[in-house]
Amino acid sequence: MDSLIVQALNGLASASSLFLVAAGLTVIFGVSRIVNFAHGSLYMLGAYLGWTLTSHGPLAELGGFFGFWGGVLLAALATGLIGAAIEFLLLRRIYRAPELFQLLATFAVVLVVQDIALLIWGPQDLLGPRAPLLRGATEILGLRFPRYELFLICVGPVMLGLLWLLFHRTRFGILLRAATQDREMVAALGVDQRRLFTSVFALGSALAGLAGALQLPREAVNLHMDMAVIVEAFVIVVIGGLGSLGGAFLAALLIGELHAFGILVFPRITLVLAFLVMAAVLVLRPHGLLGRKPSGLLPAAVPSPPLPRAPRWLVQAGAVALVLLVVLPPFLGDYALSVMADMAMMVLFAASLHLIMGPGGMASFGHAAYFGAGAYGAALLAKHFAAPMEVGLVFAPFAAGIVGLVFGWFCVRLSGVYSAMLTLAFAQIAWSTAFQWVEVTGGDNGILGVWPSEWARGKLVFWYLALALCGLGVVLLRRLLYAPFGMALRAQRDSPLRAEAIGIDTLRVRWVGFAIAAAAAGMAGALFAYGKGSVFPSFLGIPRSVDALVMVLLGGVQTVLGPLLGAVAYSGLQEQLVRISDLWRLVLGVAILALVLFFPGGLAGALRRREDDRA
Amino acid sequence: MLRVDGLHAHYGRAHILHGVSLDVAQGEVVCLLGRNGAGKSTTMKAIMGVVPPSAGQVLLDGKDLAGRASFEIARAGIGYVPEDRRIFAELTVEENLEVGRRAAPAGSQGWNPERAYTLFPVLAEMRRRPGGRMSGGEQQMLTIARTLMGNPRLLLLDEPSEGLAPVVVERMAEAILALKREGLSILLSEQNLAFANAVADRACLIETGQLRHTASMAALMADDEVRARYLSV
Repeated sequence: MDSLIVQALNGLASASSLFLVAAGLTVIFGVSRIVNFAHGSLYMLGAYLGWTLTSHGPLAELGGFFGFWGGVLLAALATGLIGAAIEFLLLRRIYRAPELFQLLATFAVVLVVQDIALLIWGPQDLLGPRAPLLRGATEILGLRFPRYELFLICVGPVMLGLLWLLFHRTRFGILLRAATQDREMVAALGVDQRRLFTSVFALGSALAGLAGALQLPREAVNLHMDMAVIVEAFVIVVIGGLGSLGGAFLAALLIGELHAFGILVFPRITLVLAFLVMAAVLVLRPHGLLGRKPSGLLPAAVPSPPLPRAPRWLVQAGAVALVLLVVLPPFLGDYALSVMADMAMMVLFAASLHLIMGPGGMASFGHAAYFGAGAYGAALLAKHFAAPMEVGLVFAPFAAGIVGLVFGWFCVRLSGVYSAMLTLAFAQIAWSTAFQWVEVTGGDNGILGVWPSEWARGKLVFWYLALALCGLGVVLLRRLLYAPFGMALRAQRDSPLRAEAIGIDTLRVRWVGFAIAAAAAGMAGALFAYGKGSVFPSFLGIPRSVDALVMVLLGGVQTVLGPLLGAVAYSGLQEQLVRISDLWRLVLGVAILALVLFFPGGLAGALRRREDDRA
Repeated sequence: MLRVDGLHAHYGRAHILHGVSLDVAQGEVVCLLGRNGAGKSTTMKAIMGVVPPSAGQVLLDGKDLAGRASFEIARAGIGYVPEDRRIFAELTVEENLEVGRRAAPAGSQGWNPERAYTLFPVLAEMRRRPGGRMSGGEQQMLTIARTLMGNPRLLLLDEPSEGLAPVVVERMAEAILALKREGLSILLSEQNLAFANAVADRACLIETGQLRHTASMAALMADDEVRARYLSV
């Protein structure tokens, strides 16, 4: 009983900081319609800045009450300024770009901030100072409870109250609420949206920074804080309802308590619990607990031009390339062969995501889940049943396809941002399963000894195997696009209403498309596992999902060939970057930002514009 | 005071306005008349910058506003009341008015909530009510009041009588005439000829995105042939 009370109070304390992060995220989304993936990075920056301010420099020398709390507040303000700068320098330039590009840009910021934090603060965990006046414990109901936790418990409701006052009693807040409902009308009434956007980013970022800095006395600062918190914040915002502060508060309490008690009851699957709650909430209330169906104007669907048949020269070029890929490899070294095999798998991986994003018109930010499901499916068979590669390769697409069916069932029911967030959350859940379920998956150590069968061990034979299977996968995916199913898929993307009216079950078509894409990604993942001889949780990690996204966006969502070229270009570039530089995240992040800023319609969009000009 | 010259506008690739030209004098009420889809609303949106015009000029007191952001156009003195009202449904009446509020130019009597309530007394009784829980007529009054709070010199009213009960339409006409007596210049669009006749000085007839005919309201009412050509369905 006693431990239950302590856990309940612990849960309330975590709920407070989760609420601060989620509140910032939801406020920013409400006004700007940007899902800020970099919000976790701002939280992390707040913690690092707080650490620096409270343990170095003049405030640390001052020490005591003002030293600590001054440092925390200053860290929150500085994070707010950083957020405003990100809006001003980057996002402002791409408000007109497609939604996916905005998300990609904030992803790039995550990568850049990771490496910058690594450069400034180093890889080790940093311990912050204790909070003055709040050291030690207080007795409640005969139980000793840390004072700082009690303080945190109060922070949540107090901030909710302050934010409520801000939103209902100040002109700024009223404008923010109005802009959340109808930005265009607010502008027509003479309000400068640019200033509103910059200030809402500053506000949201300052909240994230405050949450990060307030964590100092509770836990060590490290480089994994960003991803850990952003996924939870997404879960909370989605459960609460996008744009709803009260909903975020309720959901934060729910998730905070769920974690606190989940650790007692099911220590290994806390994230899965949160996901189950989210799934239940979304099934019952598709717009979250307190969310409303988006009012005002829905974003206009972007009808895509019909897919052209491949021109003759392209078919010929493809045939020549294929002949070269078959004839040349015997003359290449082992290293080149394994890089090429990896590229072939990335091509299939990208092509599978393209099916969802291009013809399917859905966004997936967690496609690595299916890549990893295939890889782990094959590896688990090998480890626990000593299954040979042939069995693993047959089994993997089914394993991934089934995971795709389960996750997809939820994702295809939601639209736009909700759906994208859900895919990301699912991928994180898959990742945490692989990471936490040590007995089965080996946890962080992964599963070793996943080797190909005897006949396929040579690099050359394995290359031909990869080429054959990935080539087959890509051809099948391509064939699918022009089959009746592919047409139905494209029809529901361009106009769900009209597709329904001619008898297409849009949900089902999307669901099946999702599962097929997952199965194809699973095939790529299984091959990847056999190529490396091992699987690790990183196969399911966010960076790998981002890889897939960048490959597709780099090549262009609207073309069939684009993702293939994008995959070759990007995986080649990354391979080289990782080899030559420790700061590959920074370089990659900057490269993505450059792509987003200079080709806001994608490379394919830029090409099409040129063709339009000529026509 | 307002002079629109050769205004073109597109929705995507569809060319909607083909060079609309019109003007509104100080204190004048001009009515855009035309059938559904003739381009009345688009003309208003293009003047306001809600739909960016692809060519042409929008001169307010000689200053060209075409191509500017709509918040700048609003600040220059044009108030826009959209056809679909676009009330902030989750904001109260008071808060809706607050969003529209802007400081009055020096030396002029500015609008404030109390003055808006004098024009539309029914709003005073529901200051705390969310916009989403008001009737169509109340919303129409609120959207006009909200725009007036920005102290515009020229008011764009897109179909103010649309979908309203006859008694509310009468109230709306009285309000517009009251605004006119205070010297506000108004460009409105209408399908309701009787309403237009009650409030407007002059009519501009628009068809397939072009201005076809302009005449005083009285002359138009006397000219059966023109009315049949441009307005009858």
